[in-house]
Amino acid sequence: MTGLRLVLRAQPDQRLDLSPLTPDRLTGLDPGAIAALKLHTTRHSVTVGDIFDIHPGDPADIRIEGGSDRFDCVGQAMRTGALTVRGDVGQQAGRLLAGGTLLIQGSTGGWAASGQRGGMLEIAGNTGAYLGGPLAGERTGMRGGIVLVRGNAGQRAADRLRRGLVIIEGDAGPHAGSGLFAGTLIVCGRAGALPGILMRRGTIILGKPADLAPSFVAANPVGLVFTNLLTRASATLSAKAAACVQAATTRYSGDMAVLGKGELFVST
Amino acid sequence: MPDLTPIVRNGITIDATYAEAFDMRATALVITAPTLRWAHIAAASMTGFATSVIACGVEAAIDAELPQEATPDGRPGVRVLLFAGSTGELQKQLINRVGQCVLTSPGSACYAGLTGTEPLKLGDGLRYFADGHQISKRLPDRHVWRPPVMDGEFVCEGTTGLTKTAVGGGNLILLGRTSATTLAAAEAAAAAIAATPDAIAPFPGGIARSGSKIGSKYKGLIASTNHAFCPTLRAEVPDTALSPDIGAVLELVIDGLTPDAVAAAMRNGLAAVIALGPDSGVTRVSAGNYGGKLGRHHFHLHELAPAP
Repeated sequence: MTGLRLVLRAQPDQRLDLSPLTPDRLTGLDPGAIAALKLHTTRHSVTVGDIFDIHPGDPADIRIEGGSDRFDCVGQAMRTGALTVRGDVGQQAGRLLAGGTLLIQGSTGGWAASGQRGGMLEIAGNTGAYLGGPLAGERTGMRGGIVLVRGNAGQRAADRLRRGLVIIEGDAGPHAGSGLFAGTLIVCGRAGALPGILMRRGTIILGKPADLAPSFVAANPVGLVFTNLLTRASATLSAKAAACVQAATTRYSGDMAVLGKGELFVST
Repeated sequence: MPDLTPIVRNGITIDATYAEAFDMRATALVITAPTLRWAHIAAASMTGFATSVIACGVEAAIDAELPQEATPDGRPGVRVLLFAGSTGELQKQLINRVGQCVLTSPGSACYAGLTGTEPLKLGDGLRYFADGHQISKRLPDRHVWRPPVMDGEFVCEGTTGLTKTAVGGGNLILLGRTSATTLAAAEAAAAAIAATPDAIAPFPGGIARSGSKIGSKYKGLIASTNHAFCPTLRAEVPDTALSPDIGAVLELVIDGLTPDAVAAAMRNGLAAVIALGPDSGVTRVSAGNYGGKLGRHHFHLHELAPAP
């Protein structure tokens, strides 16, 4: 049985909340019930049927064909199955993702993977600010799972990361890994200013030299067995990330301005 | 009535008997190091004094060498199996032995070697050695602890697996004309058992020369020498199992993660002994049992012997 296809008919004239379109929430619904699901975020009602042509199929494998930067909360709180978007999406893609695989074949807005707890989010294009970060009022950001960004990320990627693995194959904006609690961030490209600023624990690996805060202190050695494990774990996801981990030559401890139990590897 | 007629293979008599074995709890570890030599040193240290649960708490030995591509961190390693009578004793021995013998060994790392039905603490129990400086790292495929040590870090997986369907006590008793030929046969069998996956022979070099029976004339001893198989007692004990031509007896005790692993190890050991022949090896093979009343696993030698 092929997957459920939702083909975009026209660009929406308001921001839409696509959180109902996950395998968990569509299982058991007939096409009519799916078409009636409300997606609007203003007073003007918009349903799935207004935006998409529905091609019935297995709801465990949903394919949204056509994107919009007004599609917010794609795959929110998804627990199982697969959801693929052929196009760009808006903010909070994969927000609270708990399981399954969410693939965005375009770019995303900010706060992708915010509060993610499990599963895998892959973004083929670029992503906005606060990748995996917390929303206002939340203490921690991403708490588990894997995020793989093939392109670049905006500022404060992996902000307040609590657990999980974040890989950015391209460049990252300023303050990548800011306030990291734990978890692992790999930036294969160039990181903006002050990566890892105020990180408490956790691991950041940078593929290129960066402007570190003076509160990061060189702490050998490199060549730790742990990097072998991380190389192997990331190799299944990204050859660039594996090469980046393998190439790390200098290890810093930081951020000494706070707890200082984090580690930052840099390839020089 | 079962057929009690011995069979003969390559001039060696195979008794119509069976090895009686018991259910055990078991786990497995993968120990890696910068070189295979140091992986062996760490593993040999942690499996020292682990021949019998009677007094060692655990029976343990190296199961296999692992090539670099088969270990989690891409370094040379060995897989170690540990067997005990209870989950509690296995857990205690695991922490003590890894903590004292693997953590201390230069360059070592330790990983789960078994996906079991329940977890046993490994790094989860040893992390406190780091006095608060330990790093927890949850990777997609495993959770490891990284206690800092003086040569870097001791990477240790949080837990390993427990199996409750392991079997201990498979055995072969080899009876030969001289000590030298009997030892040659036992070494051939031990090598064959060592090459069998998921099975170990925990006694020194895989061989035991002091086979035991249950009980003793002395209070407090739960096992004593198996007098029926002692050549020097042939004339003085009425129930000797030895004919006049037998000058030495050696035993191989086998533990396996499954009954099939024990059977395969016994089959391989038996085949190696038979291939050696009676002149260079032993003239008779037997097995130890307790009348079938104590262990629920019975490995019959005639079913494991190679075809004529």
